[in-house]
Amino acid sequence: MHSDLISDAISTQRRSEKRRWSVICILLTVLILSFVLDVATGPSLLNIKEVANALLSLLGAPVQVDPTTQVIVSSLRLPIAIMAVVVGGVLGVGGAEMQTLLNNPMASPYTLGMAAAAGFGAALVLYFGSLGIDTNLAVPLGAFVCCMLAATFLFALATMRHISSGQLILAGIALLFLFQSLLSLVQFVSSPELSQQILFWLFGSLSKASWSNLAIIVSVTVVCMVFLVRDAWKLTALRLGEERAKSLGVNITQLRLRTLLIVAVMTATVTSFVGIIGFVGIVAPNIAKILVGEDQRFFLPLSFIIGAFLLSSASVLSKVIVPGALFPIGIVTAIIGVPFFFWLILGKRR
Amino acid sequence: MLEVNNLNVSLDDLILAKDMSFTLEPGKVNVIIGPNGTGKSTLLKTLFGDIKANSGEIKFSDEVLARKQLAQWRKQFGYMPQDIRLDVELSVLEVVLLGQLNTLGFRLEDHVIKEALTALDKIGLLHLANREVNKLSGGQCQMILFAQALMRKPKILMLDEPVSALDLHFQHVLLDHLDTQTKEQSWVTLMVLHDLNLAAQYADNLLVLKDGKLVASGHPSNVLTPQLVKDVYNVDAHVTKDMSGTPFIRTVRSKTELLTDNHQQSA
Repeated sequence: MHSDLISDAISTQRRSEKRRWSVICILLTVLILSFVLDVATGPSLLNIKEVANALLSLLGAPVQVDPTTQVIVSSLRLPIAIMAVVVGGVLGVGGAEMQTLLNNPMASPYTLGMAAAAGFGAALVLYFGSLGIDTNLAVPLGAFVCCMLAATFLFALATMRHISSGQLILAGIALLFLFQSLLSLVQFVSSPELSQQILFWLFGSLSKASWSNLAIIVSVTVVCMVFLVRDAWKLTALRLGEERAKSLGVNITQLRLRTLLIVAVMTATVTSFVGIIGFVGIVAPNIAKILVGEDQRFFLPLSFIIGAFLLSSASVLSKVIVPGALFPIGIVTAIIGVPFFFWLILGKRR
Repeated sequence: MLEVNNLNVSLDDLILAKDMSFTLEPGKVNVIIGPNGTGKSTLLKTLFGDIKANSGEIKFSDEVLARKQLAQWRKQFGYMPQDIRLDVELSVLEVVLLGQLNTLGFRLEDHVIKEALTALDKIGLLHLANREVNKLSGGQCQMILFAQALMRKPKILMLDEPVSALDLHFQHVLLDHLDTQTKEQSWVTLMVLHDLNLAAQYADNLLVLKDGKLVASGHPSNVLTPQLVKDVYNVDAHVTKDMSGTPFIRTVRSKTELLTDNHQQSA
């Protein structure tokens, strides 16, 4: 027995855990900064001090704030900024778990056709009309239903006993192409105005954020995250390979289904409110992996934080690129996502 | 005691176990040998409940393997599959810890980590504890996965070619450790080996498989004969015994000269 070596190894492990927690804290701080910037910027060009005061008074501090500023901050900017954080986080986590589940760094709800299905659902509702339901509700609902439909197809495959993750990915990519062409079909047969409307939805936008939307998204996210965190160790074990995870007593089929369902519900919910935002789901988990490895206790929260940061900073950029106008955020995420992605791929070669 | 009665397993048209019956006793090292593709790994997977048998019964101390209580059944097993690749960003310690998957909490307690480190220490790999597994050699990964399987505190331990990537030293470290632990802890140990001489040295009971059939079983000194090696592997061999009575198998190079002759002629 080498008890001194053992206690050395324990403290090394503790140091490495501490290092990973501090990475998480640093990125959380960066996220908070980006969040504040997101609230501080916008078409109405309020100065930072006014915004800060409005935020403070919301928190109950006794400060004098102009009522217009207060309204702009609390009912326009704040919901959008929170939406960016939650949606980005959900996309990051969705990607992280898809990559874990399918053992592939290219997997995400987007690449597996779930987002495309949501887009198709939204387009269908816009094309056929909302059957008397409020359009603001009908479009997200259509998107949600179609997204879950695509996910159900993937579940059905995942329950089959001897299907490999490679086959699941191929099926997902096939779904992506299917829904993309169906989407093009709807756009093709639509009038130019309608086609424009569909296109705008597809770009992705946080501008429809409201406190009531947020309530739905946040509660769904919290519930889903609790379930994912509970499975953290099992998901880590899955990364050793399915055969080995099985040998450690993990019920692979159940874990796959549960995780797919959680990811599908989260993705469908956020996508139905903000449209298609690609790349966050692929990039965020890959960055998280480089920073803290694949122990899900760190990987999962960091994927959320990085996803949230990417979308929050994209939201800031979308307002800054053309002052006074709002650039579609879906376009911005891809533009900042691509250089990140290249850095990632080339960085791995070292 | 692990009991297998009249087991039949087939995948598609391929028969992988044909009317197989045997009993494995606790505290004994049981070794399966046999040619490639003859159903050795399939047998382990069937015992683990991962492949469904067409017919037959598998029993461990009066508990019968049933589909419904699979999770319960598997709790008794330590199982080390053949694949030793570890392409994941985790440390050696974290991989070994996963052996106790069901007891891990969000915060790792000191005593849990200590247990994993002690397991590594026992097989002489403590110095690797904080290294990344994806930077280790295949043999090191295999030893780490062995430590992981032991962390499950199994009653039945199954290992599929556990020494396939190990050097001479670690082959013996692993098998010696396995042998003493099996006896101390009264495990039912069942492993697949390809090296007949290692099998002869470490097996208390040898199970010889060919084409899904159990063709011979018993103590290596009774089972390993030139005739058996010829029948099962189609290889000529001399079998001698050392002073302790352990058989030593020396295979005879066959047909190689004939082949080179033919090559020369055709060239």
